[in-house]
Amino acid sequence: MLAFEGITKIFNQGTQDEKRALNQIDLEVDAGDFITIIGSNGAGKSTLLNVIAGTYQPEEGRLIIDQQDVTKTPDYKMAAYISRVFQSPTMGTAGEMTIAENLSLADCRGKKRGLKWGVTRARKKRYGELLKVLELGLEDRLNQSVGLLSGGQRQSLTLLMATLSLPKLLLLDEHTAALDPRTAAKVSELTNRMVKENNLTTLMVTHNMKQAIRCGNRMIMLHEGKVQFDIEGKDKENLTVEEVVKRFGSKLKDESLLS
Amino acid sequence: MILFSILPISLQQGLAYALVALGIALTFRVLAFPDLTVDGSFPLGGAVAARLIVQGVDPTLATVAALVVGFIAGCLTGILNTRLKINSLLAGILMMTILYSVNLRIMGRANIQLLYRPTVFTSMENLDMPRFIPIIIFFLLITVVVKILVDLFLHTEYGMALRATGDNENMIRSLGVNTDNATVFGLGLSNALVALSGALVAQDQGFSDVGMGIGMIVAGLASIIIGEAIIKPKTVFRLTLAAVFGSLMYRFIISMGLRLGLAPTDLKMATGFMVILALGVPAFKKTREGKIHLRGV
Repeated sequence: MLAFEGITKIFNQGTQDEKRALNQIDLEVDAGDFITIIGSNGAGKSTLLNVIAGTYQPEEGRLIIDQQDVTKTPDYKMAAYISRVFQSPTMGTAGEMTIAENLSLADCRGKKRGLKWGVTRARKKRYGELLKVLELGLEDRLNQSVGLLSGGQRQSLTLLMATLSLPKLLLLDEHTAALDPRTAAKVSELTNRMVKENNLTTLMVTHNMKQAIRCGNRMIMLHEGKVQFDIEGKDKENLTVEEVVKRFGSKLKDESLLS
Repeated sequence: MILFSILPISLQQGLAYALVALGIALTFRVLAFPDLTVDGSFPLGGAVAARLIVQGVDPTLATVAALVVGFIAGCLTGILNTRLKINSLLAGILMMTILYSVNLRIMGRANIQLLYRPTVFTSMENLDMPRFIPIIIFFLLITVVVKILVDLFLHTEYGMALRATGDNENMIRSLGVNTDNATVFGLGLSNALVALSGALVAQDQGFSDVGMGIGMIVAGLASIIIGEAIIKPKTVFRLTLAAVFGSLMYRFIISMGLRLGLAPTDLKMATGFMVILALGVPAFKKTREGKIHLRGV
């Protein structure tokens, strides 16, 4: 469904600060895969997502989605295929607009936006029902601006927005990292539920090894811009933190990964 | 007594310049883009309308032409910023400077008299009542219609994308909106309103002058600040209402100041101080509470 063919992304090319964030990455993602991506700081996790989303264009290689070459497609056109949830809750929503308006913005993702009324009565009714699933009482606050919500509420809303008009691919970029542990666990659980219910193909970057092992059917570890480790199915289910540390401990200088 | 005598003139001016305040609210507040094109697009509207009227074109048509040309001027500022990656403030200043020459070219000289020409106000001037009454009603109608149209537009799917562009550009890009195009369109729309105002003001005052746009942004900002201090812009409806109301208040304060002895030459300085005061006082108080939240400034 999604394929990386020898993708290389270099920052500051030709200068002293040159950095190969991604180095000849080959990767196949099947429809319905839920892949967790781990790696220490600077391993290239976020760059990988940014290349898929079209935020960065790679220097070498091809990016294929459904047999189409989308290597050079700009980010706003990739929106037709992709939904994204960022790390910071403020990044995924427009704070001065209302909950209903934000959902409506997401409803039009990748579609042509014209002079039709944005928040119609029918949409509002639908959003109210969808919000009930979050069990945060947001269904009664459709006309309030998103800036009034807490971080966890905002991130839950972002997640709902991301899955609203079922994307081909869902990208989660450490989307629970900025939340307190309890809220993070809730959002994480919500993520699992939404991915499962909609059978979404998902790539989730995380700093948390336990989360990476617990979620998804496949796990990838990046190190210095290369895929170090790719495990799926039964092997992934039986994986433990101890085993990963035993095999890759020397490469996991980043303590926070093990927390 | 003073109050009563300055009311008609401040009402008339406040409504005539309300379109400028609406335009500035669109760029500064909705798009969070500090657009300085205004000082050039306002006289541009006047210049286009005046020149066409002198050429014998129907005044209504000339006014519509001014609006279209203003739209193009705004789009060009947007293109300088989004395509050529020129800083937003500089893009506006460049456009404003270029428009100065353009306006002189359009008019052929520094000002055009319209006193004995047909204007959109001609039919109103022949009515059996003081001139200001039908003119105030006319400006009121225009302002209310434009305000409602802007409100409606900002609630459409594309209008909401425009608001999101000012609110969280990365987010709306990731939802599939080409924010560069949205910015260009928003600037076009804003300057179309400003040029429309310029065209109407020129016809109302009976001449178009190349210098009539100087200080227009600062005056517009002052209007918005005054309006937002009274009407908290929590919704789009209130935001545009604050712009219109602020424009009325600002012109009222100015008329009052002039009547109380403020020299007309000091007007722009007084307006500038007004804006500095409004934006600067919260910094003195060292609290963020109660700060007038003016995006784009």
